[in-house]
Amino acid sequence: MAPALIFIGVFLLFPFVWVFIISFTNRTLTGLGAVSPSFVGLQNYLRLFDLQRWMRPGEFGNALWNTLLFVVGSAVLGQVPLGLGMALVFHRCRRALREAVFTLAIVAWILPGVTVAFTWIAFLDRDFGTLNAILTSLGLGAVDWYFDYPLLAIILFNIWRGTAFSMLLFSAALGTIPPSYWETSEVVGATGWQRFRDVIFPLIRPHVLTALILVTLWTFNVFTPYLITGGGPLFRSETVSMYTYRVAFRFLEFGRGATAAVIIMVINLILAVGYLVSLKRQAVYQ
Amino acid sequence: MRAHRARSFGKVLVLAAVAMGLVGISAWAQPIKLTVTSRAVRGGVNTQLVQWLEDVVFPAFVAAMRAQGKDVQVEFIQFGGTDEALKQQYALDLSVGRGADILGFDGFWIPEFVEAGLVKPLERVAGPAVWDWEGWEFIPLGMREILGYRGEVYGIAHGTDVRVIFYRRDLFEQAGILQPKVGIHEWQPRSWEELLDTARLIKERLPGVIPLQINAGTDMGEATTMQGWFMVLLGTGIHMYDFDAEKWYGQHPGILEALRFYKTVYIDEKLGDARMQLLPGARARTFEGFRDGKIAMLVEGDWFWRSVIAPGSEWAVPNREEVVGWAKMPANQPGAGYRGQDFVTISGGTGFILNPNTPHPEEAWALVSFAFSKEMQLEFQRIQPRIRCRVDVPVLGDPAMTAMAEALLPLTTVRPMFPGYPKISYEAQLMTERVVAGLMTPEEAMVAYKEALQAIVGAGNVLIVP
Repeated sequence: MAPALIFIGVFLLFPFVWVFIISFTNRTLTGLGAVSPSFVGLQNYLRLFDLQRWMRPGEFGNALWNTLLFVVGSAVLGQVPLGLGMALVFHRCRRALREAVFTLAIVAWILPGVTVAFTWIAFLDRDFGTLNAILTSLGLGAVDWYFDYPLLAIILFNIWRGTAFSMLLFSAALGTIPPSYWETSEVVGATGWQRFRDVIFPLIRPHVLTALILVTLWTFNVFTPYLITGGGPLFRSETVSMYTYRVAFRFLEFGRGATAAVIIMVINLILAVGYLVSLKRQAVYQ
Repeated sequence: MRAHRARSFGKVLVLAAVAMGLVGISAWAQPIKLTVTSRAVRGGVNTQLVQWLEDVVFPAFVAAMRAQGKDVQVEFIQFGGTDEALKQQYALDLSVGRGADILGFDGFWIPEFVEAGLVKPLERVAGPAVWDWEGWEFIPLGMREILGYRGEVYGIAHGTDVRVIFYRRDLFEQAGILQPKVGIHEWQPRSWEELLDTARLIKERLPGVIPLQINAGTDMGEATTMQGWFMVLLGTGIHMYDFDAEKWYGQHPGILEALRFYKTVYIDEKLGDARMQLLPGARARTFEGFRDGKIAMLVEGDWFWRSVIAPGSEWAVPNREEVVGWAKMPANQPGAGYRGQDFVTISGGTGFILNPNTPHPEEAWALVSFAFSKEMQLEFQRIQPRIRCRVDVPVLGDPAMTAMAEALLPLTTVRPMFPGYPKISYEAQLMTERVVAGLMTPEEAMVAYKEALQAIVGAGNVLIVP
């Protein structure tokens, strides 16, 4: 036990407490605040939640709103239904085909972020991008993805990148359903939708919740989209993790960056508690 | 048996002695390794610096040191990211006591790094002997101040620079603004209105060409402040900082005038491309646009001439001397510029500083002073002619560069060298961004700037001029 506790203390609790303490100071990496930081009370928090300019581009409220749209769009509406759909479609498929599709999806998931980001930059470019070449050849006209729809661009990117994760989760969940259930439902002549509604979904419901929370947690913290849009233009695709990075590591204002990090940790904590509770329920259910 | 053991023990002793001897010799003969880094990549950004260092300075320095009986190895670490990313890297490296021995540094970073205790004056790093160097008497005080702060010198600048409007003669000829056969082959606007009129003419006659690009937005970082905001603001008669009152301008008719100029260019008349300024990689996009003949006029520093579009660079413009012209940036009205000038410009500079954490301060200084010897600086002039820090090193073989220096050095000014400047500079970039994107009117953007300024330096240090 002791080594585990020390490990947790050194690598988890200490940084957490440290970030929490710094969030009440004006510590910076350059300038006067680097040599003699002082406690500023709640000033950083008040600044972060300054409601007068809260939603102004570049402020925390704007980043939080973008994050919400990003998470709902890419995780709740994108990855989870798509992952579930793919898992269902290929669950009873021929093994070779299923393996091939799963492998491709997983490749999208495990490729290095920088490589993928670069590919997407090329893919979505207004003038030379592959997507616009396809759209133009279909007579749909080119779209200026990065400039007009930066948030949608990173949502699409994240769906592409993360669907494999929920697909794997759901695939495992479907694996827990005894084959006899499928066969019985086939014998009684249930349609695909009826089977899903009355047999499959009730059985995997706890997994859906788990997947939702896990994917949300993961999407909430993901930073790779920064490599594509840099949070811009005009902070229209800036999420809270990018905001924190910008304040702490571009402006080198650790105090203010730590404040944003504390808020993010609190949100993560809430999501994690939700995850644990759902796990517990699942255990009771089974 | 015993004898055998004793013999093998003796063998071990001998072996151990030999091994220790070898370690000792190798430690003694271990070459001193120096590392240098800067934002420069061979064949890419600032390729001339890499060529000069790796092909000329390093071999000569290693040979000179060997002549003194010292075995020195020098390595240049190429950095291809943005200036902002390099600054971030330095702050992180220096705060944990690491980093290359010699750092390529931008002058305006010095104050905030000094206040944080991350960099130290030359004489504190390498000892008072640095002042014995022969080069100092050829480096004027103004040049020392580029990498200086509060009377201390932290490094040596490669030189200084000026900012102008670069224009494409080929496009100007197509638009009928230049007519070499009639004898009109130079262009020089005398006011903003004349500059805008030229832009309007290009817009009308050359569809698809961006007439005038003036740096704006946060993506370009300091480039927006220096080549964009300052060049416009100085034309209204004020600076960002009042050096007499020792306060920052937070509200002033000049700020509004400057923002309205931006609005005219990017929003009202679409003489420039706002999208280009707002997307990631904005500055490289402008370089590309100018190289490809899609931008007719671009306000840039002389670095653009001698490095960005120079032969061998990524954005090289073939026949640079024939295709590219330059003009002074006019004030709003003749005589309405900063200090009553007709034309305005601003200067900065980068150079080398010593990392205070270097284990070899003496050798590091030896390398820096060697690189800034007259001989090595003349070599640098052959690769990249420019205004150098030494008065005994003239601009050689580049009449355009010489002319720019002569015309603009008398008119130039510098940034306010204070620890808070980089933050305020960012707020100025944000102010231009809000206007060129149409998010705020010039009035609203100025109010937001004023508020940010007050939060950074305190309300007492902000000038409000209605």
